[in-house]
Amino acid sequence: MRREYLLGNEAIARGCLEAPVDFVTGYPGTPSSEVIDILRGIPERGYYVEWSVNEKVALENALAAAWCGLRALVTMKHVGLNVAADPLMTSAYTGVTGGLVIMSADDPFAHSSQNEQDSRCYALFAKIPCLDPSTIQEAHDMARDAFSLSEQFGLPVIFRPTTRICHSKGDTITGEPAKNTRKGEFHKDPKQYVVIPAHTRVLHRKLNEKQPAVKKALVENGYNKAVIRGPRAVVASGIAAAYVEELIPDDVSLVRIGAYPVDEGWLRDQVRRHESVLVVEELHPVVEEIVRQVSGGVPVSGKKDGLVPWEGELSTASVASILKSFGIEPRETYPPAVPVADLPPRPPILCAGCMHRPVFYAIRRVFKDGIFPSDIGCYTLGLQLGAVDTTLCMGAAVTVASGLSHAGEKREIVATIGDSTFLHSGIPGLINAVYNGARMILVILDNRVTAMTGHQPNPCSGTTATGAPSPQISLEAVCRACGVQWVETVDPYDLVSTMATLRAAAEQPGVKVVIARQPCVITARRANIRRGRFEVDREACTACGVCIGFGCPAIERGEEDKARITDLCSGCGVCAQICPAGAIRKERRKEGRR
Amino acid sequence: MSGSFDILLVGIGGQGIILASNILGEACLAEGRSVRGAETHGMAQRGGSVEGHIRIDGRFGPLVPPGAARLMIAFDLLEALRYSHFLAPDGRIVSSSSLVVPTSASMQGAAVPDREAIVRRLSAWPLCLVEADRLAAEAGSPLSQNVVMIGAASWFMPLKPESLAGAVKRLVPPKTVAINMKAFELGRAAGERCRGEARGT
Repeated sequence: MRREYLLGNEAIARGCLEAPVDFVTGYPGTPSSEVIDILRGIPERGYYVEWSVNEKVALENALAAAWCGLRALVTMKHVGLNVAADPLMTSAYTGVTGGLVIMSADDPFAHSSQNEQDSRCYALFAKIPCLDPSTIQEAHDMARDAFSLSEQFGLPVIFRPTTRICHSKGDTITGEPAKNTRKGEFHKDPKQYVVIPAHTRVLHRKLNEKQPAVKKALVENGYNKAVIRGPRAVVASGIAAAYVEELIPDDVSLVRIGAYPVDEGWLRDQVRRHESVLVVEELHPVVEEIVRQVSGGVPVSGKKDGLVPWEGELSTASVASILKSFGIEPRETYPPAVPVADLPPRPPILCAGCMHRPVFYAIRRVFKDGIFPSDIGCYTLGLQLGAVDTTLCMGAAVTVASGLSHAGEKREIVATIGDSTFLHSGIPGLINAVYNGARMILVILDNRVTAMTGHQPNPCSGTTATGAPSPQISLEAVCRACGVQWVETVDPYDLVSTMATLRAAAEQPGVKVVIARQPCVITARRANIRRGRFEVDREACTACGVCIGFGCPAIERGEEDKARITDLCSGCGVCAQICPAGAIRKERRKEGRR
Repeated sequence: MSGSFDILLVGIGGQGIILASNILGEACLAEGRSVRGAETHGMAQRGGSVEGHIRIDGRFGPLVPPGAARLMIAFDLLEALRYSHFLAPDGRIVSSSSLVVPTSASMQGAAVPDREAIVRRLSAWPLCLVEADRLAAEAGSPLSQNVVMIGAASWFMPLKPESLAGAVKRLVPPKTVAINMKAFELGRAAGERCRGEARGT
């Protein structure tokens, strides 16, 4: 046993090693990505690990491994579970022989997401167990134990930490990694694995029959527990339980829900011992709905009477005020704190030298009246450059663009999508657009890596998750195979030819693809690629502000409003191409300053 | 009181806040204390305003409640002001004296309060300004600014400087240990001067 200061996702990875896990798949998505990043970085692994091209692919691979008796983990973020929802729902019917743990990390407050959906709802929908940790230690322990729970009932298990678990840290006690001893072997059983209607009807009944025993086990193993101390009770789940525990006085009962499905009979017994009950949870009122079902005449407060917010994230401070409004004096109260107003915002921005910036600049210059659907990735930040008009979900840049085209939109439609997102779910949309005769330009922003989530390799990168070399997919060939007649590749740092290519694309009929390719500046820097730096000739600068409008964080206004290039410059040189006065040039000072 | 000593670290994505918060956490372990922390990752991070929470002796949630931080360690003056509502009335600020103008200011012309105005507004709390960039350069690498800041703040938190220095040694890349130990010492000297000044006022 060791005590370490671990990130939630590190603790989860450690738990999986202790299980031990035999097979790991997933698609990166904040806040889930570090689990595989840690597992793939461990030398002398006894398990298989891959970054899959999307969550459906990841889940289906892992499910097959679990059918072979292995312990399989598949990781994703909440919106990724939508992509994997199709196999998820049926995996509950087929069941598993090895343990299958589906980590779906939720993001209350949408710190880094397009919505705030609640993965617990998927677990209820699919009728499979869901574990919902409230601390880092619990995340570690639950991740470790989820595999045996899955095997005990022959069901996939959803493991659902939230951002404040995945990306928070705590002193954590971990054990020793276990040795992988299992050999995967598939035993044919069509009645279990071929879901024709005749089999499905039987499998659905069997799935329903498993439920009471699962509910009972989750109380017996202590995931759902109650401490009865007075006439009032707080029922809390996930990290909200930790907030409540910090603040709750000694004469108030605490019911902690750490796993689903909840045993209604047990919960009824806890609730009905009280005169009033408050339910505190983030996102969907999953627990509150069950408490209300079993409460009898006991009054229940929570989201439905407005005490607990339906959106966003809870905190110790917000839980203190919820307890107060319910009539419980919290152990600690916090005065309302007002942030300082009128400060310039500092939102996340594209890096200095990022290849996406000149592409957006070129698109805006060439298509002043264009419509710009985009997608999920660093390049969504192109919003700040006026070059992102829509963002819906992975792959939707392509499908929204073709939909706009078929809707009769006559303006030029120029969609942007990253390499990883294109491989994730852009390809079917592209096939559909070509086949159905859309008119659009698709720009694939190919930086050769899944950058935003932490530089995970993808089939464009040329290495697998474990660093083994693998052939780089040809996006050009894929696009042509999808039926695209006109495919051109450009260097986004060459602004003139990028703009010329976009103009040429507009002249062509149908679906056109422009692949804009440069490595991500962060990977380039790590690979020790140095391009030198640029500087402003103060005599020549007219303070026109054109380079400032480019939005590069390495360019700022200096004295007399003239431009100044800072240490952040990575030497892409695009600003030198846009400066109307020719005042930006490669730095002339001594080489090798860095 | 729940008994935790709450610290907020603030700055700009890429300034090394995660490493700095790991140093504090590791020092807590060395002293056998419980600790909770939280930090910004992913899309919210790149070049944006970021925050790290550390609760020394924390046992529950990882987030520092607004109005409860006993210490703020700021890697940028503007970010110190942005998060100042997290400070307890008897809190304290240790901030880098540098200020990176947000891109929003140059692109959209948003007004940026000047350095003097920021310092004036932060003076509601004892304020220790550290020339972190100069001291880091003196230590041997501009990348060691985060360790300079930890050194300066080491006077104002309930952790032994030996625990902090030991954590720095364990967590920085092996090749940079000497530079970072120097950064820690230069930071500590800068912080000591603030300690004297605070007593004088």
